[in-house]
Amino acid sequence: MAEGEHEVRWDGLCSRDSATRETALENIRQVILRKAECLRSVKETPCRPSDGLSDAGSLDGLNKLLAHLLMLSKRCPFKDVREKSEFILKSVQELGIRIPRPLGHGPSRFIPEKEILQVGSEDAQMHALFADSFAALGRLDNITLVMVFHPQYLESFLKTQHYLLQMDGPLPLHYRHYIGIMAAARHQCSYLVNLHVNDFLHVGGDSKWLNGLENAPQKLQNLGELNKLLAHRPWLITKEHIEQLLKAEEHSWSLAELVHAVVLLTHYHSLASFTFGCGISPEIHCDGGHTFRPPSVNNYCICDITNGNHSVEENQVNSAGNVSISDSFFEVEALMEKMRQLQECRDEEEASQEEMASRFEIEKRESMFVFSSDDDEVTPAREISRHFEDTSYGYKDFSRHGMHVPTFRVQDYCWEDHGYSLVNRLYPDVGQLIDEKFHIAYNLTYNTMAMHKDVDTSMLRRAIWNYIHCMFGIRYDDYDYGEINQLLDRSFKVYIKTIVCTPEKVTKRMYDSFWRQFKHSEKVHVNLLLIEARMQAELLYALRAITRYMT
Amino acid sequence: MEKMSRVTTALSSSALTGHTMHCHLDAPANAISVCRDAAQVVVAGRSIFKIYAIEEEQFVEKLNLRVGRKPSLNLSCADVVWHQMDENLLATAATNGVVVTWNLGRPSRNKQDQLFTEHKRTVNKVCFHPSEAHVLLSGSQDGFMKCFDLRRKDSVSTFSGQSESVRDVQFSIRDYFTFASTFENGNVQLWDIRRPDRCERMFTAHNGPVFCCDWHPEDRGWLATGGRDKMVKVWDMTTQRAKEVHCVQTIASVARVKWRPECRHHLATCSMMVDHNIYVWDVRRPFVPAAMFEEHRDVTTGIAWRHPHDPSFLLSGSKDSTLCQHLFRDASQPVERANPEGLCYGLFGDLAFAAKESLVAAESGRKPYAGDRRQPIFFKRKLDPAEPFAGLASSALSVFEMEPGSGSMSWFVDTAERYALAGRPLAELCDHNSKVARELGRNQVAQTWTMLRIIYCSPGLVPTTNLNHSVGKGSSCGLPLMNSFNLKDMAQGLGSETRLDRSKGDTRSDTVLLDSSATLITNEDNEETEGSDVPADYLLGDAEGEDDELYLLDPDHAHTEEPEYVLPQEAFPLRHEIVDTPPGPENLQDKADSPHVSGSEADVASLAPMDSSFSLVSVSHALYDSRLPPDFFSALVCDMLRFYAEQGDVQMAVSVLIVLGERVRKDIDEQTQEHWYASYIDLLQRFCLWNVSNQVVKLSTSRAISCLNQASTTLHVNCSHCKRPMSSRGWVCDRCHRCASMCAVCHHVVKGLFVWCQGCSHGGHLQHIMKWLEGSSHCPAGCGHLCEYS
Repeated sequence: MAEGEHEVRWDGLCSRDSATRETALENIRQVILRKAECLRSVKETPCRPSDGLSDAGSLDGLNKLLAHLLMLSKRCPFKDVREKSEFILKSVQELGIRIPRPLGHGPSRFIPEKEILQVGSEDAQMHALFADSFAALGRLDNITLVMVFHPQYLESFLKTQHYLLQMDGPLPLHYRHYIGIMAAARHQCSYLVNLHVNDFLHVGGDSKWLNGLENAPQKLQNLGELNKLLAHRPWLITKEHIEQLLKAEEHSWSLAELVHAVVLLTHYHSLASFTFGCGISPEIHCDGGHTFRPPSVNNYCICDITNGNHSVEENQVNSAGNVSISDSFFEVEALMEKMRQLQECRDEEEASQEEMASRFEIEKRESMFVFSSDDDEVTPAREISRHFEDTSYGYKDFSRHGMHVPTFRVQDYCWEDHGYSLVNRLYPDVGQLIDEKFHIAYNLTYNTMAMHKDVDTSMLRRAIWNYIHCMFGIRYDDYDYGEINQLLDRSFKVYIKTIVCTPEKVTKRMYDSFWRQFKHSEKVHVNLLLIEARMQAELLYALRAITRYMT
Repeated sequence: MEKMSRVTTALSSSALTGHTMHCHLDAPANAISVCRDAAQVVVAGRSIFKIYAIEEEQFVEKLNLRVGRKPSLNLSCADVVWHQMDENLLATAATNGVVVTWNLGRPSRNKQDQLFTEHKRTVNKVCFHPSEAHVLLSGSQDGFMKCFDLRRKDSVSTFSGQSESVRDVQFSIRDYFTFASTFENGNVQLWDIRRPDRCERMFTAHNGPVFCCDWHPEDRGWLATGGRDKMVKVWDMTTQRAKEVHCVQTIASVARVKWRPECRHHLATCSMMVDHNIYVWDVRRPFVPAAMFEEHRDVTTGIAWRHPHDPSFLLSGSKDSTLCQHLFRDASQPVERANPEGLCYGLFGDLAFAAKESLVAAESGRKPYAGDRRQPIFFKRKLDPAEPFAGLASSALSVFEMEPGSGSMSWFVDTAERYALAGRPLAELCDHNSKVARELGRNQVAQTWTMLRIIYCSPGLVPTTNLNHSVGKGSSCGLPLMNSFNLKDMAQGLGSETRLDRSKGDTRSDTVLLDSSATLITNEDNEETEGSDVPADYLLGDAEGEDDELYLLDPDHAHTEEPEYVLPQEAFPLRHEIVDTPPGPENLQDKADSPHVSGSEADVASLAPMDSSFSLVSVSHALYDSRLPPDFFSALVCDMLRFYAEQGDVQMAVSVLIVLGERVRKDIDEQTQEHWYASYIDLLQRFCLWNVSNQVVKLSTSRAISCLNQASTTLHVNCSHCKRPMSSRGWVCDRCHRCASMCAVCHHVVKGLFVWCQGCSHGGHLQHIMKWLEGSSHCPAGCGHLCEYS
């Protein structure tokens, strides 16, 4: 009975040919109805005691299928599949079997469902993107649905991710997903972990590995240290770390494999940031994304509780928002005024050299005091905690613990000149893809700010980008760090800091409290900037260490 | 004015002397620049800014320009340049966007002259006008280039690169008003200094950032650019559109490029990452660097030729904190170490082989060509003294022609197509395959199949007559394996695959030796190589036509003495082939192998398994008497398989392996099996036997092989209208929203198999077209083309 899942072949649905999809769906329908039929007959005959177990097993199997169908009925880019899935669900329900319903409020907990694009109402370009994504993964995940605010970026993102996970590369497929799990688990991101556990098993990974890193091959265990450092203190990575990985006799990594792993790790660290930063809900077909409880029982919802946003609190925030609406309106105006000022007075007021240097130091130092006041510890779910060795090891600021970290000067090692060349040499094509992604993220603009149009936001974007790099100790010689202070207010800094360093602590309140007048799409845009800047910062440190090892 | 200065510098150059030497700096260098007098060099970096005097034996620190109490970012230099007319004038580009000029003539310790803080981002490059004393140009990350007049406080004009970061700016040496700038997005722009509103010309030179450019010192129109895409390109700018005249592919992204003085085609490059060496390239020979300097231990960041008219001194600064002077005569020359050898099959099975002449020269006694067509022909070409690398390594080219008919592999194709590998009981498979082999006249193979059947199928089932027959036949043939030394008599029995039709006359294995410069790879030589594919008379005619170029030489005794030099092994069988001795057994063997064995298998072909065949006979007796279990034979069978594989009949080895399956698989190690499968599949694919090869892949048990079926199953299509790749669907283009592939018969979109005529490019559904062409020979689209379907 355990093979219940395997009897059904979902891959036919990914086809672009509607006839193929049709047959695949028909197949699925038959399997499911047979199962349901079978289950009902078992129920009707008073149970033989020995059958209890397999009965539960088959119910479980069926429920999984139903959950998957539910996901398809909501998230498949092909209309025929959506309709047919719904139809199957209905017919199952007619057999007297409980069918699931989605939990939560759309792809993101932070963004109201109505703001987010509904599957089925996308334009041609987005539909092509969706279809691509669906064909590659067999699903349309919530991340995609949120990112589609910025289709230009999404395209590059999906292409890169597809290449990293599924195309030619030095690492075997199940390793790639396992590394993804390792990376996401560093931030206790159960959403990504769940997704990749499924994929990992799907590509033939050994389920034993999932019981913890110590059950994985030594080679992957060796990567644990790098994972930890990259996620929390990338500036501590030295060429010795690289050497340890590359010279571990039979468990050693090759340079190409290592670069692949590093790219994957950084990709998933930053994706975890995005997941938390935008409050991505669990996938419908994963645990916590659906319920079999009928809606009438009560309005209690697990994911809402654990994430500390009860509906009550939401109301509070809303009312608070109402009060300060004039305030926040003023906020945007003030910000724009500051940008204008900076633009104008830049040439007049010349800060002295020491001044400039100290501004960076101040910003760096300050960034560590910026911390959210609400320290509600989210206890990591059981499922994920097994992947880490020591939870205590988190983001640490520079001068705490008395350690001195030399400032990383971008003029000496930057992505465009050095990082790119190294990655492209060791893992061809990926350098190009990531480079494009960085470019798009950095240059993305619609020249709007909240309700204003035709605004040059380059200054703001640069401030955000450089602030994140500043938190990682990366300094641009040609940037006046005073600008950051002018442009980014405290609540925004708190949000940035939390997302980049301890994404698991982000709450809806934080998300709501910065830039109150800005659109959700703009906040997602900010998140894209954040994750790309973070990824680049981590990559820079890792690649510099590799370069040093090589010379 | 310009002429004057050139004359004086040219005079002083004659006195330049020095050694390859280096000195340690305190910090990594970012850039270097040489003074006009070629006696001083300035080194700049994040925390270094010093002037060194270049003396006979060493560098001597002359001046430290990094003065002042506090380290300032203004002193963190990304680039430095020394004025080529004024010995006292220098300019630096700072990472914080400041352009600083320095006047060495100032009496105070601080030589800083002027400070321009107009750029908002890092300044990547500064450049003085080659003949104007006060004009300085800068290019910055913020996308602007600014032109400064040093007599004024601020810039004279600003040039906008449209928000793309500027990586390099260079004044043209010849055109007074022109300068070139390179950009992070791969573009190169040409500007007129008087017209800051728009660039004169723009073109995309590289994929990704263009890090550097350099104008040719003599040739007005030539501009060399180097980019992150690891290429150095030389552009001719005199034409209407910039034309790429040369392209050098390096192994890492190119950080700097500098033309070598007095050598029209030479340029020096160093790379941004990974590779620490400096290369000097001859742009006409883009594959092997002409010279290589390997002194640095970290990436080289700055290179400069010491004197504008002396090609032998190169200075370089590096991240490893050293400053080096390289002497051209001390450079290592990769060409010397290169082994110019090449091997290539022609379309019809001809084989060309080129090796260093010194190796081939061991075959002494070449005599003028006597007209015997069977002899290899040697050509000697006069060396062209103008060619670079001449005489460094000249190589000889030999071309071996297939004898017509001997290369026929029809037996291979037939066998592959007719063999049954699975789907029936073992006994039937063996019988079938044995029959196939016999029909093709391959009695030995047929015999083997029969034996396999006897061994592995229960003896009770084998009718005694059959057994008798097979054994009897084997002995009447004299069991080929046993008699392999007596092949002359055996030739009939062995069948066509080993028989050589000597009577048909000349082994048209012609050898052409070409003495030429090492680089046979390139243009002029290609023609000759091609020419040698055709029958020898043509070659002859050709040779006579231009006999000032070619001498014909005859290797009469080419093989009378065994060569003692080491050659790639695969050459040996082929060399045997051309020996003009009576066809001995060895020769026969090789002849049979050479057409279809790739690489190493050929040369190991041995006659060793004498005893195995012996035991094979006794085994069949033993079987008859005591009915030993099949396991008993597995060692023998494995030996047999190896024997076949070594003989080059990998087809047999793989077929038996598949047919017997589990019975023998465990006794042969994975890797060997994989190797056999791979070779067989390769052969099958060469003969376009896709179906068979796919069957073999499917039936193989080794993982590495069976996954071949899963690899590269994607097919990318481009739209037939806009020529862009069609990303989402294979039949509708996203950009022009047109269906790309319409069936000419039914006018519907083709989503499955699409067949089209290569003549008129019309086509459609496979079935439709097939049907159409049964009835008509004209194109269904009505274009009037006579399409052919095969």
